[in-house]
Parts: sequence; C-alpha cells; structure tokens
Amino acid sequence: MSVDPSRAARGVFRVEWLPGSDQLRGFCHCGAATVADGPVEVWDWLLAHPVGHDTRGRASVPGSGPAVLAGAGAAP
Amino acid sequence: MPTFPRDQWYVAAYGREIGHELFSRTVCNESILFWRTQAGSVTAVSNRCVHRRFPLSQPPSALVDDQVVCGYHGFTYAADGRCTAVPGQTRIPRAARLTSYPVVEQDSFVWVWIGDPAKADPARVPRAPWLESPGYATVSGMEPLRARFGLLVDNLLDLSHETYLHGGYIGTPEVAATPITTEVDEDAGIVYVSRHMDDAECPPFYSKSTGLNGRIMRWQDIEYMPPCLYTLHSRIAPLGVLPHDDGTDPGAFHVEVVYAMTPETDTSTHNFWAVARDFAQEDQSVSDFLAEQNRTVVLQDVAALNALEKSIAAEPEGYQELSINIDTGGLAARRMLAKLIERGSAAPSAAKG
Repeated sequence: MSVDPSRAARGVFRVEWLPGSDQLRGFCHCGAATVADGPVEVWDWLLAHPVGHDTRGRASVPGSGPAVLAGAGAAP
Repeated sequence: MPTFPRDQWYVAAYGREIGHELFSRTVCNESILFWRTQAGSVTAVSNRCVHRRFPLSQPPSALVDDQVVCGYHGFTYAADGRCTAVPGQTRIPRAARLTSYPVVEQDSFVWVWIGDPAKADPARVPRAPWLESPGYATVSGMEPLRARFGLLVDNLLDLSHETYLHGGYIGTPEVAATPITTEVDEDAGIVYVSRHMDDAECPPFYSKSTGLNGRIMRWQDIEYMPPCLYTLHSRIAPLGVLPHDDGTDPGAFHVEVVYAMTPETDTSTHNFWAVARDFAQEDQSVSDFLAEQNRTVVLQDVAALNALEKSIAAEPEGYQELSINIDTGGLAARRMLAKLIERGSAAPSAAKG
C-alpha cells in the first residue's frame, strides 16, 4: 500500500481535518472544496455533487490547491 | 430497514473450521450448512431439509461420502443441494432442492455470497493476502458479538476509542488527539481513514512485540471495503524513520490488523480478527502475546458494543445521536453501506411450508 495520487482522478472524495482547528475541509473530485464544522455537513456537501460545487470559487478556500493526496496512503 | 446489504460476499468461517464433517453457521439471517468435500472444496447449502425443516447439521443427520442425509426422515442431498433420495418412493419432487451458496476460499477465509447467486462474481471477493503470505506470521480468532453489524463498523472506523476503551493495550493519548484524513473511493467501494502519529507513546501491544520503547512513529491507515472486510495497516517505527522513496520500509515494523465483520442476524455479528506481522515471524512468544492481547482488545469491544445494542433496544424511537470530527470515516462508511443496502436484492420471504 502506498500514497496514491491517482485516487483524485478516479473520483475520490477527501476530507482533511484542518490542523489546529476543529474544522474539516472537503475536496470533491470535481475540484470544488468546502470548509465545514462537522462530518455530517461535509459529507452532505460532498455527496451532493455536483449541486453547489462551484469550482470557480476554489481559490477562496484556504489551501485548496491541486488535489494531490498526501495523507491517506498506507505504509508499504 | 435492513441492517446489512445483500448481494455481497461475507466471511462465513476460517478454512480451518471446515473439514469433512457437518458445520453450520448463520450468516445474514440464513442458516447455512458447510462441509469440505472429499475433493477438498468447501460446499455451502441451506441448513434446513425441504421436507419438514429439520436442521441438517443436527444429529442424527449425517454426512455420508459427499451427501448429507437428514436425520429426521432420510432426505438425502448432494453437495450442490440436489436431492438424490427420499424415503419410500422413487419419484423425487422437483422442489426437493437445497439452496446452494456460491463459495470462495481465499486468504484463510471461507467467503459466501448472500443474495442473488446470478450476481456472484468470485473476482470481486476482497483480498487480505497477508494472512497466508510467507512474509507474515499471523494469529487469528473469532468472537461473537450480540450487537448489530453497524456498531462494529462504527467502532473500527473510529480508532480514537482506543485511547479510552483500550488504554494499557493499544490506546495512548495521541490516538484520540491526532486529526484524521478520510477518503471515499465510490467506484472502488473503499473508505480510507488515515491517522499518522509522528511522535507518540508506544503502547504495550507494540513495545513488547517489537522491542521499541519510548516515543515512536505510529501510522494507522484504515482500508475498509464494505460491507465485510477491514484492514488496519499499522506502521511502527523509531522516531524520524520514514519509508524510502522507492516504497521499501526496512526500518519499520508492519502489522496488518484484519477484521471480517459478518452479520449473523439483525442484532448479532461474527467478529473475525487477525493480526499479521512482518517481524519476529518465527518467535512463538510474540505470536502468543499478540494473540492474547488482540483477543483481549476484541473482547473489550465486544463488551462495549453488546452494551450499545442494549441501549439501542431500550431507546425511544427517533433518538438523535451526535457526530463530531472523529466520526468522519464512520459516517462515510454508513453512507456507503446505505447505498449498498438500497441496491441489494430483497431478503428472501418467509419460509415456504
């Protein structure tokens, strides 16, 4: 098992717990991102894709750069 | 509302549990009869005689060569469920056939397909190759749970509970305190939850098995393939020791903690567990220690989830639970399971007389 950057291309939803905060950042495979206060809210938003997923607003979400996956890969 | 999906592969047993004798286990509310044929393959058929419902696993029912003879009136069935003899007459009724279940034996498990057999694809049985790999030493067991399958899914997708429920075994303060990253691959049908603790206390489970003491790197990477198979890829290493760029990781200890979660009924579950390690493979004392420790941890979960099941049974309708960040993976799993339940075939109707 290893970090797999191809997951984003395969239609993967990703949720990161923002360091030092209680907030969650959700990334949709379409490139849209959001920041939410809890897991119910973040999954409601992600799984509603494409409803409410405006990728034009990506730049306004802190840290929502290229959807390269870095943390959820397993150790070899 | 069903509590588990149909049209899915579930682990029914370890291969070692099934020999050339009658063995029964209830999977997803269906009582199934297993035996290993003389050719060595596992067969699975309904554990109820079509005549008067007598359980075929119950003595004096018996296995004669590769046929099971009902202990009540002697109806006899072949390994594929076909009735080959009925008492006192030569004509065998056309309906005299046991339901036959698709079976795959793989990675030490016996998998059975619950649902429409026409949809069973053996290539889609999820893999846990470590359990039979020569590069790993494995200990394993199974503990029955008097709680619904979904409670075990919740439990394993949120490992922050280790800090509180499993303190002194696998729990340390860092597990609950470290943020997680969650991914859902809907096409592949996998939920990933990752918690990388780069400076953590070493719990006894790992200090006594690896010899590492003091602070460690501890990475937990969960891979859940709903509904049944869960693997925790656990990486333990001295502080600052990382995998190499080529993917090799000689400075770390790797443990694959595998669970197969199989509903027995709507409110009970078979909790299969296995711990495979890539170190001290020949050391029986490490095997004995990890087996005893993990069984203890599993029994701590069993006690907690049995209590939760009682709470659910007693609660008023419409009770609203609360979810926080640690539940991100568990909620993802629940949503994926809900989709599988919706997509699966309906449960069989009540027994025909």
